[in-house]
Amino acid sequence: MLRPDGTLKVTGEFAYSSDLWLDGMLWGATLRSPHPSAWIRSVDVGPALAMPGVFAVLTHEDVPGEKFYGLEHKDQPVLAIDQVRYQGEAVALVAADHPETARRAAAAIVVDYEVREAVVDARRAAFDPSCPPVHAHGNLVRHQPVRVGSTFDAPVVVTGEYEVGMQDQAFLGPESGLAVPGEDGGVDLYVATQWLHVDQDQVAPCLALPKEKVRLSLAGVGGAFGAREDLSMQIHASMLALRTGKPVKIVYGREESFFGHVHRHPARMRYEHGATADGRLVYVRAEIVLDGGAYCSSSPAVVGNAASLGVGPYEVGNVWIDAYGVYTNNPPCGAMRGFGAVQACYAYESQMDRLAEACGLSPVEVRIRNAVSQGSKLATGQIVDTPAPLADMLRELEAMPGPGEPSAARDLRSLPGGVAQTTHGEGVRRGVGYGVGIKNICFSEGFDDYSTARVRVELLGGEPHVLVHTAAAEVGQGLITIKAQIARTELGIDKVTIAPADTSVGSAGSSSASRQSYVTGGAVKATCEAVRERLDRMRAGHPELTLEELLELYGPVEETREYRHRPTTPMDPLTGQGDSHVQLALCVHRAVVDVDVELGLVKVVELAAVQDVGRILNPLALEGQIHGGTAQGLGLALMEEIQVRDGKVLNPSFTDYLIPTILDMPPMRLSILENPDPHAPYGLRGAGEPPTLSSTPAVAAAVRAATGLDLPRVPIRPEDIALVPAAG
Amino acid sequence: MDFLRPVTWEQALAYKAERPEATPIQGGTDVMVEINLDKGRPAALLDLNPVAELTRWSTEGTEIRVGAGVTYTRLIAELGPLLPGLAQASRTVGSPQIRNRGTVAGNLGAASPAGDAHPPLLASGAIVEAESVRGTRMIPITEFYTGVKRNALRPDELIRAVRIPAAAGPQYFSKIGTRNAMVIAVCSFAVALHPGERRVGTGIGSAAPTPRRAPEAEEFVAAALDWEGRSPLDPGAARRFGELVAGAAAPIDDVRGRADYRLHSLAVMARRTLGWAWNDYTGRGPA
Ligand SMILES: Cc1cc2nc3c(=O)[nH]c(=O)nc-3n(C[C@H](O)[C@H](O)[C@H](O)COP(=O)(O)OP(=O)(O)OC[C@H]3O[C@@H](n4cnc5c(N)ncnc54)[C@H](O)[C@@H]3O)c2cc1C
Repeated sequence: MLRPDGTLKVTGEFAYSSDLWLDGMLWGATLRSPHPSAWIRSVDVGPALAMPGVFAVLTHEDVPGEKFYGLEHKDQPVLAIDQVRYQGEAVALVAADHPETARRAAAAIVVDYEVREAVVDARRAAFDPSCPPVHAHGNLVRHQPVRVGSTFDAPVVVTGEYEVGMQDQAFLGPESGLAVPGEDGGVDLYVATQWLHVDQDQVAPCLALPKEKVRLSLAGVGGAFGAREDLSMQIHASMLALRTGKPVKIVYGREESFFGHVHRHPARMRYEHGATADGRLVYVRAEIVLDGGAYCSSSPAVVGNAASLGVGPYEVGNVWIDAYGVYTNNPPCGAMRGFGAVQACYAYESQMDRLAEACGLSPVEVRIRNAVSQGSKLATGQIVDTPAPLADMLRELEAMPGPGEPSAARDLRSLPGGVAQTTHGEGVRRGVGYGVGIKNICFSEGFDDYSTARVRVELLGGEPHVLVHTAAAEVGQGLITIKAQIARTELGIDKVTIAPADTSVGSAGSSSASRQSYVTGGAVKATCEAVRERLDRMRAGHPELTLEELLELYGPVEETREYRHRPTTPMDPLTGQGDSHVQLALCVHRAVVDVDVELGLVKVVELAAVQDVGRILNPLALEGQIHGGTAQGLGLALMEEIQVRDGKVLNPSFTDYLIPTILDMPPMRLSILENPDPHAPYGLRGAGEPPTLSSTPAVAAAVRAATGLDLPRVPIRPEDIALVPAAG
Repeated sequence: MDFLRPVTWEQALAYKAERPEATPIQGGTDVMVEINLDKGRPAALLDLNPVAELTRWSTEGTEIRVGAGVTYTRLIAELGPLLPGLAQASRTVGSPQIRNRGTVAGNLGAASPAGDAHPPLLASGAIVEAESVRGTRMIPITEFYTGVKRNALRPDELIRAVRIPAAAGPQYFSKIGTRNAMVIAVCSFAVALHPGERRVGTGIGSAAPTPRRAPEAEEFVAAALDWEGRSPLDPGAARRFGELVAGAAAPIDDVRGRADYRLHSLAVMARRTLGWAWNDYTGRGPA
């Protein structure tokens, strides 16, 4: 099964949302705040309006309906009202007949700012009562404690403070879309997003339109990774289209894109692990502070994950976790692949390595001794009620063949620094490290998480044909292929068409939380089953007829179904207890690195992984997910960071926001296990995120092994290795 | 924006004389990026691509004359043995697509302190052949860089070629980047041995407002090396050389790296590259 969009994307013919075009359309541009925190004394749109070719200039006063929106709390103004809370906040909009004119007009708007002190330290925002409030309701977005047991001393104690920098999703297709005013006063919005219906829910009230009048269709998505969960240009383009009566397209440039979406929360974490002398965990204490930036986005759910998964996939009798999400005047942070579990994973895995050392155990052994398995209790009290063979996975990983010793005559490309030729082997030391991660699949904490599918079987040209219609966003993960596979499997009909995703069918939920194979896959499966039942009933009346003849006789068969996974419960606000997760997925990584310890440059030589996916639906797509997730984790370990100083982004470009190239990402050895989850369709387990968790600590551990350094922060910078006196 | 397309070099010079504000464009890998980022809007582009002679290189005595239109890809493929330092540097520029378009003349035109061609040009003692309707100027490379992204070209001048002495001894180029390919230099270093003159050439990139040599380091090591007896490099001398190279730099902290790391890594690169070059020279094989 090859994906239908593959060839188009590789040959550059795929139509992304930035390629949308209508004759006579206008171009929108956004004026953004240069300051992380300021009062707006006045906005003069006159100079922009006076420019030829400009059709509209809008500010918050022109927002037709509700002035605020947001995924979890409506705390973000559509356009800034009297103040800005982060660098890049949208202040005004322009529509013009040329993108260049629109940009120049936006630049001509005069905004009088009164710059004020920016809150940029997340710990201060969390704990210092004298810290200025970013919002009137204070700086705390969510505090989630986890409290289990009362024994907080142990023979072996290891502590650590860890930091995770701000990672970007770095999708390649910038935020873009086209809003077309409808004859009924509504708007048709073609946009690259992760969840059409939640966009609709947020856009409609701001436009003062009923939902049915805000119709969304998915345009070609160039990657998402969480960055398209929040709105970007949706309301803005719609406002401009409704105001001008013309179609309006907005496409962010690369630099603007860095300000146009949320990032991964930077984290500061303090951990203390207590264990017996033979390395069995007695307790874990942790304080996790996540910097949510200026607006709430999905911070509460991110905090929930960091708290509930904060000890990792280990059995611990006593847990004391405090996870905080706070407002600051830094760039807003929200969803990114791994969603709160990534930051905690880096810290608890670093701790497990410290514990191994303190107990004289190997990193693998200490993990095996504490590994969860089916029947274990998580820190939240939730029982792991499906297969979780972590100890076996670790044994298998350890037994996998390694990359072999470096050969004497080496290609520069195999050395740290590559062809930049910083070493011919001098200073290079090898290190091996392991990482383990646990990720919740689907939406947690009592969320009503469902997907809708409509399946129609009909005769086309005398042949039976299946049309599958969902609103699920194909963001590159290969969902279209999976839906078609499921329809073929369930109905035994070869000709399957996947209808474009739009809001004329019920919600599919988000392409997030590794959930679409599970939930939309489940919806397509359930709907196909319903169609099959009807076909079976039809067949029962006419056992002599073929499928073609039945469809001829009765006409098309169409069913629509909603599919829900099993319910979850919220976390107790004081103890964190609850069956908050639907499904848990494990991935383990081994990293082998060569480090030039004198220069601090790293070459990842090999990454091996074992992941349990319950059931493989499409091997090629699945391996792609594991490779990609691993690469993103490697990026966080070694290079990917939005550098923010005093609330301002220093590197909003791919010149200086570095993501791994093919020469940074090594070949991978994979073992994919299939221990089915009886609750899930086909027994499958979501697979997209788990590899992003464990590869970061594995790479960091390998670099530590090569250098002997603590390295309590990712990304590890060359100077973190090279400028430590003990190195070299 | 006017788009000027001369077909001959004489036309190109005439255009430039007439429109000194026109921005020459060769590979466009800097010019187009600047235009995309809306940094300065050239009143006119002077497209040098149709000028066929610029894509040639030739040997003139002991010098290689590299036309302004010779791409990095060709330089790597065709000039590796004659200009090893520059070829190594070329190999680190961007990605294959960038190397297929980008040129040394463009690197000189942009005069970014981080440009990868500069250190080997300094180490070899290259000469920039600048020309205008008024005549030709041979600008020694050490006089070419005049400030951050500024060079010694006059408004009516174009680079016709770069003249680089063919390597008379081993040369090495080394560059620090935070990933293993496609990265702008955090800092870089080139060394060239000139055994005939018992001289060592150096070039430092991305660690001062302009690319520059490390004259003290050059003098020190030229005297310290046993050119005659070809005895092994004294580790102390190599270390000292590294220190002197670092001492010649004046780096800043920026988004790509810290000044102290730049100094440290320059010293390491200088020591290592000198070791490789000396090993080659003394016939001890690659280190
Ligand atoms: C993705 C990417 C990666 C890159 N990576 C690197 C890298 O690793 N290392 C590096 O050093 N650079 C890098 N660059 C920058 C660029 O590729 C180089 O500077 C290249 O040498 C420019 O050559 P060009 O022919 O494309 O120059 P152009 O863009 O055509 O011109 C560059 C400048 O030189 C002037 N100019 C061009 N020809 C002449 C002439 N004959 N006479 C006078 N002035 C002239 C132009 O007016 C302009 O100011 C990268 C660029 C990109 C886009």
